[in-house]
Amino acid sequence: MAKKPVTVTLNGTERAGFAEPGQNLLDFLRRGLGDLSPKYGCGQGTCGACTVTIDGQTHLSCLVLAEAADGRAVGTAAGLADGARLDPLQDAFMENFAAQCGYCTPGMLVSARALLDRNPRPTRAEIVEAISGNLCRCTGYEPIIAAIEAVAEERTRP
Amino acid sequence: MAVHRGRGFAAINYPIGMNLGGDPSQALVHSNPDGKFTVALSAIDLGQGMKSVTRQIAAETLGIPIDDVYVDTADSDTGPHDMGSFASRGTHRMGNAVIMAAQEARSVMLEAAAEELEVDPGDLVTDGRGNIHVRGAPSRSITTMAAAQAAQFKQGRTIAGRGIFLIPLSEVDPETGEMTPVSTFAHAAMLVEVEVDDETGEVAVTDMQSAYEVGRALNPGLVEQQLRGGAWMGMSHAAWETTEPYYPARDHGPVDFNHYLMPGPGDLAPHHISVLERPAEDGPYGGKGPGEMCANPVLPAVVNAVYDAVGVRIDELPVTPEKVLRGIRANGGARPRQAL
Repeated sequence: MAKKPVTVTLNGTERAGFAEPGQNLLDFLRRGLGDLSPKYGCGQGTCGACTVTIDGQTHLSCLVLAEAADGRAVGTAAGLADGARLDPLQDAFMENFAAQCGYCTPGMLVSARALLDRNPRPTRAEIVEAISGNLCRCTGYEPIIAAIEAVAEERTRP
Repeated sequence: MAVHRGRGFAAINYPIGMNLGGDPSQALVHSNPDGKFTVALSAIDLGQGMKSVTRQIAAETLGIPIDDVYVDTADSDTGPHDMGSFASRGTHRMGNAVIMAAQEARSVMLEAAAEELEVDPGDLVTDGRGNIHVRGAPSRSITTMAAAQAAQFKQGRTIAGRGIFLIPLSEVDPETGEMTPVSTFAHAAMLVEVEVDDETGEVAVTDMQSAYEVGRALNPGLVEQQLRGGAWMGMSHAAWETTEPYYPARDHGPVDFNHYLMPGPGDLAPHHISVLERPAEDGPYGGKGPGEMCANPVLPAVVNAVYDAVGVRIDELPVTPEKVLRGIRANGGARPRQAL
């Protein structure tokens, strides 16, 4: 089977590569385009470490065929910072000690950013729902929830 | 059919590090020509803060800004030998080794500075901001960078230090069995509240109150982070996780995250943490190490709370709904202890 050319808008920049037959988007992003921010955790859609956005919606990139993302906008944790300027969520994760080993963090950030983009004032229950597909072994989740709440509260100030 | 509330308590003593003697950790500290210092270790930072804490300890001992310390660790090909990051030993063992190495490096740094200032090294102090000066005479001063460069390029002196932590083998008295197996204990107490559904057997932890005595909290933010995350893991071990649910039979073991149960962000209980600081005599700046003990008290506390709620004494973890229901049936119904 032949490789297929795949073009995505990755974090705002058009990027092209060749997808192997059956290659998933996670592998295409990491090996094809060199974006190592989405992580391989379980490879079967249960851990959330590979979470990315496709046209603004969160997806588990290990379960998406690379060619299915052709022509679409893909967002990863690597696109959150603007140069040295971190996304407020990244700052809040640091201030709230929301990462230990850090393996879940890129997926958590993508899920949290997608939530805040569609719902700038989420309740705690909505935050919990938004990250319920992202497993974390170290933090006990509470610091992550607190970090997302901190950004949400910042936005509600006049 | 009802939901029963119960309360359980547990207290633990937790030995820091491997004991019975030995348990070595080594550290090497040296200055670079830019006046900054490198700490070489083989201890692993798994996210628990090993690099942050050893960096703090090295900066404090050397008397230089923390920005001027770089911790190079986790390459066992190039770093000095270490037993590893386990047994809650990191802060205590590696911290002590880093102090020993940094003290030696500091003394050479002060000798180099003394030669430049033409004073006795014993009269020199550091200000922690990158300067070395004569005690009581801050104007007679040299930067740590200038001292490091003088040592490197002029004096031919190596600003470096070696450190090791090693406890002697504890002999066992053949008559009494008495020995000293442990150099340092940390302590914790925990109170949990649970709700047990006597129809489904499900146990929900609804509140956690804990107190941990970890010596001096060298980095309070990291200590709390470990305690909070570790308590979650303890809750998970108490009522959710197992690789072999019918041990020793291997049946029905989970093979992936679909089957390996863990509490998610919607299953959290409020957790109030108190950290009691009682600096340890043999700890680096009084520190011990939260480590594994942050998960430990949760398990017995949850088991005790289940007993309090429905009168079922579970002696094999985790506390699954099946075990709770079998226990309730064997007792002829839920028997809340508080009603007795």
